[in-house]
Formats: sequence, C-alpha cells, structure tokens
Amino acid sequence: MPKLIIDGQEVEVPAEYTLLQACEEAGAEIPRFCYHERLSIAGNCRMCLVEVKGGPPKPVASCAMGVRDLRPGPNGEPPVVMTKSPMVKKAREGVMEFLLINHPLDCPICDQGGECDLQDQAMAYGVDTSRFHENKRAVEDKYIGPLVKTSMNRCIHCTRCVRFTAEVAGVGDLGAIGRGEDMEITTYLEHALGSELQANVIDLCPVGALTSKPYAFKARPWELTKTESVDVMDAVGSAIRVDSRGREVMRILPRINDAVNEEWISDKTRFVWDGLKTQRLDRPYLRENGRLRAASWAEAFAAIAARVKTAAPGRIGAIAGDLASVEDMFALKSLMTALGSANIDCRQDGAALDPANGRASYIFNPTIEGIEQADAILIVGSNPRREAPVLNARIRKRWRMAPVAIGVVGESVDLTYSYDYLGAGPDTLADIVAGKGAFAEAFARAERPLVIVGQGALAREDGAAVLSLAARVAGRDGWNGLAVLHTAASRVGGLDLGFVPGEGGLTAPAMAGTGALDVLFLLGADEIDVAPGAFVVYQGTHGDRGAHRADVILPGATYTEKSGLYVNTEGRVQRANRAVFPPGDAREDWAILRALSDVLGKRLPFDSLDALRQALVAAHPHFARIDEIEPADAGALARLAKTKAKPGKAPFASPITDFYLTNPIARASAVMADCSALAAGRLPQAAE
Amino acid sequence: MSVRRLAAQEVQPASFAFTPENAEWAGRQIAKYPEGRQASAVIPLLWKAQEQSGGWVPEAAIRHIAGMLGMPYIRVLEVATFYTMFALEPVGEHFVQLCGTTPCMLRGAEALKKVCHDVIGPQKTVTADGKLSWLEVECLGACCNAPMVQIGYDYYEDLTPESFAALLEDLRAGRPVKPGPQNGRHASEPKDAVKTLTDPALFDGSMVGAWKKRFAEEDAKAKAEAAGQAVAAAANPEPAKPEPTRAEQQKSDSPVARTARGKAPVSAEAREASGNSASSEATTKRRAKTAATVEPTDGSGTKRKR
Repeated sequence: MPKLIIDGQEVEVPAEYTLLQACEEAGAEIPRFCYHERLSIAGNCRMCLVEVKGGPPKPVASCAMGVRDLRPGPNGEPPVVMTKSPMVKKAREGVMEFLLINHPLDCPICDQGGECDLQDQAMAYGVDTSRFHENKRAVEDKYIGPLVKTSMNRCIHCTRCVRFTAEVAGVGDLGAIGRGEDMEITTYLEHALGSELQANVIDLCPVGALTSKPYAFKARPWELTKTESVDVMDAVGSAIRVDSRGREVMRILPRINDAVNEEWISDKTRFVWDGLKTQRLDRPYLRENGRLRAASWAEAFAAIAARVKTAAPGRIGAIAGDLASVEDMFALKSLMTALGSANIDCRQDGAALDPANGRASYIFNPTIEGIEQADAILIVGSNPRREAPVLNARIRKRWRMAPVAIGVVGESVDLTYSYDYLGAGPDTLADIVAGKGAFAEAFARAERPLVIVGQGALAREDGAAVLSLAARVAGRDGWNGLAVLHTAASRVGGLDLGFVPGEGGLTAPAMAGTGALDVLFLLGADEIDVAPGAFVVYQGTHGDRGAHRADVILPGATYTEKSGLYVNTEGRVQRANRAVFPPGDAREDWAILRALSDVLGKRLPFDSLDALRQALVAAHPHFARIDEIEPADAGALARLAKTKAKPGKAPFASPITDFYLTNPIARASAVMADCSALAAGRLPQAAE
Repeated sequence: MSVRRLAAQEVQPASFAFTPENAEWAGRQIAKYPEGRQASAVIPLLWKAQEQSGGWVPEAAIRHIAGMLGMPYIRVLEVATFYTMFALEPVGEHFVQLCGTTPCMLRGAEALKKVCHDVIGPQKTVTADGKLSWLEVECLGACCNAPMVQIGYDYYEDLTPESFAALLEDLRAGRPVKPGPQNGRHASEPKDAVKTLTDPALFDGSMVGAWKKRFAEEDAKAKAEAAGQAVAAAANPEPAKPEPTRAEQQKSDSPVARTARGKAPVSAEAREASGNSASSEATTKRRAKTAATVEPTDGSGTKRKR
C-alpha cells in the first residue's frame, strides 16, 4: 500500500483510494458537495481542493485524484498532501465565492436551512463578502413529481441527483440540460420521476434545490425530536429516523445501515407519515344494529368477553397482520394458547412457509449484503422493485459491479437492470432445476447462487412445491442461496414465534372462510376478507378493510407509537422505538391484549413491556440479539428439497399490484394516493 | 448564449421518422461503435435529424433517436441542448448565424446585427416567406476574416453592412451567392499590397541558410568591441591590483576600519545606498555634497560610483 504524508502525518492507504478518502483516513476534514460515497465521482464542485506535492502544481480536486496517480519525491519520499495550507484555504474561499455567486440568499425561507451543506460549509470555509456585482441568474422551478419540490435558483449543479437516479435508482429521468451558466437540472419535459427511490435525492441535495414537497414549510430541523427506528412498510426493515414535534410525526428520514438499506429508503417509507394522522382509530367502537358506535374500553372488552365465553375454544381464532410487532404477536399467541385455541396464523396471504421446516426455509439466507457476493441470481415469482425497492437497488448495485446472470421466472417487468426472462410459471422453474437451458447451466456453475423466492410464488396452492424446487438449486457448500423475500414486516417475526396453526388449527384463509369460526381476532390484519358469520374483533390503527368488517374495534398504536421488535426478511431482529404517543384512547397493542386477557379471565403473566420481553426472550432467545441474524440451520435446505409435491401450472404474479397502497397506513396517506394515481398512468421508456 | 428550450408545442410535428436513406445512414453510424456503446452515435443522428427536419431538431426526433439508441429521452435532450449547433426551434431556409464575439464585434458585427434586425427582424423569428432567420452565436473561428456570418454550411466573411444586406437579398431571391470573403480576398491574405511572396530572393535559393548570417554578424561585432576595449586599456593603464570585490570593500570599509582611519563610521554614500528612500530629493543632494566635502580623499568608492 502506498504511503502518503497528509498534513504532516504519514498514512498508508490502498492504492485505489482517492485523495479525499486518504485524507479522511488521516483524520483531515475535506469539504465537498458533489462527492458522495455511494455515487460515481463527478469532480465538478471543486470544493475538495487540496495541495499536493507529487501531483500537478495547482490545487487538486481530491475526490477525483487517485492515490496511485501521485509521484514520489526525487529521493523516493512519499507524496505530500496538505489540507490546511494557505493555498488550500484560498482555493476553498474562491470556490465558495463562485458557488455563492448565483446562490440566492434565501436561507430564512429555505427548507434546507439548518441542515444545509452549503450553509455549513460557507460558514466554515467561505469568506463573508462577495465581489460579484452583477445580477444573479434566475432559473424556472421544475415539476418533477409530487414528492420532490424544486427551487432551482438554489441549485449548485453538483449532479448528485442525476447520478443517483441513473445509477442507484436505475431510471434515466433526471438530467442536466443546457450548459455553463444556463445548465438546469430537470426531467424530460418535466415529467414526474418514475422511481420508488426518487425522494432520496432530497437527502442527497447539498442545498435547498430539491426539498420534500409534503414537508414543505412544516418545521425546522432544530425543532424536531429525532427517534431512531425501523421501517415496517416492507420486510426489508430499513433503518429510519422519525422526526417528531409534539404529538406529530413531521417526517421520516433514512439512517445509514450498510447491512440493510445503505442510506436509501423507499418513497413509501419516507412519505407515509401523513397516513399516520388520517383515518385513525382513536377510540373503541362497537357494532350495534349493523352500525359502529363509539364505545368505552370497558364496553368493548365486555362485548368481546361475552362472545368468547360462549364460543368453543376451537371456534376462536386469531390472524396477525403485516405491521404487528413481535411483542404484540407474542401477547396474542399467549392469549390464544390460554384460551385453548390452536387457530392462529400470521400468514394472511396463505404463504406456504412453515417454521417446522426450519428457519432457513423462510428467511433471506444469503442476507441483503450477501447479494453483492452472488454470482448468479434467479428471481422466482417476485417483483423486488415493488416488493422491496431498497433491496432491488442492492441487486442493481451487484449488476453494475460486474456481469452477473440474472434470470426471472414470473412477470416480465422493468426491474431497472437487464435480466433473462425465462418463463412465467413453475414449469420453467422445474426446467431450471433440471438443468435445461443456457441460464440453468450458468446457474449450475455459479458458486454463490441466489434464488429469490417471492410471495407471488409461495402464496398459492402449490407454494410448498415451488419452495422445494427453489431449494434444490440454491444450496452450495458453505452457501445457502435460498432467499425468501417477504412483503410484510411482521412475517418473519411471526414465523419465528411460531404464530402458525397448532395441532388441528386452521390457517388464515380457512379461518376467514364462511362458518369456520365464531370469534375471529384480527391484529391489524387488513389484507384478508373475512366471510360473514364470525364475530370479528379488529385491533388496529386505521379505519381500513379490517375495521369495516369488525364487530368490535380496539384502537392500537402504529409503528411510530410503540416500541417493538421487528424481524426483517433476512431474519435480522431490529427494534422500532416510540417517537410519539397514540392518538386519543388508542393504546399500545400489547397493553390492550394484556387488559383484554384480564377481562377474559386468562390474565397474561406480564405487566410491563420489559416483563413481556423477558418472557419473550425466555421462550425465543434470539430476540434478545438486536441487529443480528440468528444463523439458520443449513440442513433445512436439504430437507426442504426432499419434499415431494407437484407444482401447478399457473403463472406467478407479484402480490403487490400497487406499490404505494400496500398497508392501512399507506392507504390513509394522501401523498401515497397521489403517487399511486401517477404511477398508474406512467409510460415505459428505456432504462439506464 | 441563453437558456435553450424546445420549441412550443404548436410548431412541433407530432411524429418523426428517418427517411429510408437517412435510416440506412444512421444504421451505418451506429455500427461504427462497439456493442453497448451505441449511444455514442447520438450526435451524428441528431445532426441528420436536423438536416431532415429543415434545420432544426423537433422534440419527436429526440424521442425517436432515444428509442433507436436505447437511451433515456433526457440523455438525448441533454446533448441537443448542450450544443448550439442543434437548433431547437424552426429556422428559415437560410439560417444566419452571426458571430458577435470580440474580434467580429470590433470589426463591425454590431452593424451587421442591425442589418439582420432591419431585414429579418428580431432573433429566432423566421421571416414571413420562411426564407430567413438569424441568431447571434459565439466565435465561429474565422476571426481573421471578421466580421462574418455562417449561413447554412458556408461562411460569408469580410462583410460590410452593404455587402451583407445585398447577400441577404440575394439569398432571399434565390440568386447564386459566393461563400467566403466578400471583399475580394481569396482567403485571409492581406487585403491590399499583397507582397509577402513577391521578393525574388525567396525563389533564387539565396535565402537558404540566411538565418545563419545574423549570428556571424553578431560575432564580428563582439570581436570588434573587444579589440576596441583592449586598445583603450593600453592607452589608459590601470593599477595592477584588481578592483576590490564587494566583500573586500566591505571588509576594508567596515565602520571599525573607518573609525581607525579617523573617518566617520558610516559614509553618507553607504547610508544612501542602504535605502533611506523616505528622504526627499533635496536632502539627498545635500548629503551627497556633504559626503564630497567630508571625504575628499576617499577616491576609490566615489570614482567607482562614477
């Protein structure tokens, strides 16, 4: 590794490092606007200039200069980099003065104020005056969609947004037209951006040119309480930060978690917050004479108790929804066990995943980070772009890194990377397992293959057979390539808990059938249609499908209003934290279940969340290891592969038809409704 | 240069497709580039589209080319808006691009602009008969024939307002015109008294190696000077001891040595030389006089000074 002297300190860095990375290694701070770790290098803001001995005799853009490009001194001395010399100081001041020539002085009305790179760096590296006496340029604001607001006067042309959409999001939507002073960032004829990750450009923009449209003029960053949490909109479990003011969630931002979401989040994750405030269930309701009326907790519990006491244990059931936390499901499972019922299920869609087959049979075994190691990827019955956009970006990252064979069995859709479309249904999968076709041969040669099995392939009659087929090609020595991509945040946690029918118990579709049950308990389960007949208790947050069918409604807390564990599709246990309190009479879900158990005469053995967690960890120790993945048993794959079942013929279809409206919170959001309407009318065009 | 936008929707054709010949030509351009690099053909294709569409690039052509090359629309738009050689709005049959950069401006481009205004109208408008439109552009690289305009693919140089107006009228009337300098020049040679290549010596071979003569002359001159100096030295013999170097002088002229010799520690001359620049000219003169009176015997220093 080459040696460098940076600010008098000798460091040794890999030759492929840029000077900027080397300077950071040496602890020197380099200001920058256009450089971003996860994007290609543009080198157009010139803010990262440093002085170099052993390089060109002028200030050097450290982001674009490689360590290996520096010469040693005449006697072999290491090259010298200075980041604090008078030349560097002068260069930075000059660059800053140029940047501010055309930047409006509207910080007081700018939403970026307080978290603006330009503001901060102007304070740190700029001068207090400008010598520019001409008019500043004026640029028309552009429409680029309902999520990103533009103030193009403020743009400094770093092109981070252009590079992000082209490289990470994989849509060629944003571009820079014109040149020189007339350069403008825009979409083609001001069409809306067509990516599920588009709003990340808001975070990337170092100035206030691209800001959040729904959050515009709502709050200042220093007024907000920041709570670190995890996302539940999909099963990826992106790391988020919930910014709240008082009792209101003001916005949601990504946190960096290289193992999961790097630093991106989907638009649904980011903008679902307005759905947290609308359509909320803020008090219990009782159905009387076919109409729901507001009730007290005591009335609601009494009504439930009356029905439960008359029902036989086998005629009581519970279905957990997609947003339930592990604690909620654990409490519900404990209650159902106490009532003597085996009818519990967390698989609303009827996915053929069974914890009895071992944990390896239902998690994303290679891990999301492991996608980058895969040398062949087979996507079965899934549209990752809709089911997990951040994970799809990771597949795209792998595809950009080096050639990789990607095959798709299922729907032929734009995934932002090129792939071999192999076929639509289980027959094609069986052919691949049998080694027929060029892709199958390439796949068989792969050392670290990845088989992504979506819920579109599992939530069907022959789901188990499809999973078994997939398991047959996924295994290698020391590598388990079976990757089940979930769509529900609660699913892996529920399967870990064993929230599945016990001996003689009914599955979710069976429970929802006509005449199956007398009392059905829905824990935020909105994606299932319950046939008339059963007495339905709906515990949830929004007046959505489940609440419409309900006979008793118990108002619960959303993921920003309670502390809870979620297990993402890789099996990573993560904790969501409470940012605000539930509205009105709504309570945290475990507490509701605890109170209900008392009324039902089956008091649950915990009085606090801590006590609940202790009981949970005693039963399932891996829930104590936050942010870790419990290693799954590799033998499960072989057992799964042995399952003999004949798959059907029907083509696979992704369960998500509308990315923006997949759960009750998103369906209550006006922003998501806008996006959904826009996406419905979007035209296809060439991707990058 | 100013912000360049696509033409208004009303003038945009609904669709665009290359003619069979142009499509075949485009295919050959695309084939020049290796697999996966077809986007490199975007500029030739845009150029052809502009030719085919009467001198400008319609929006439909941008989409058509993006489709041909597998590029997102915005990438083609970026290229089309970057280069001013792509006109984004309809132009006249004869599209006048008038150079307004410094050399042309100094040679009368302003007057040509006025002609354009009078004959054609404001920039970016096409005359009613569709024959003419004009645009001021940056340097076209023909400064030696300034002022100049580009019309179509040809340069018309060395223009005067009169010749330019006549040129425009000829173009409008469809009369043949001669590209190039309009003032009788053939290219960028001197206009009058063309004699650069008229010296016969250029052609009889006597110029070959002529550059060496200069050095011979200089050598001879230096030798003569040295000889003259030797004669002068013989006539006016100097003492054998060479003049003291600066170090020697300082040594013998140090304040200590001077005091020992009974003189003022620092000579006025030395004080002056050390740069007492603040003193006025009068003081300097007075000092010089004092020094002369105080040290009449100290010959070496003053003599050398003279």
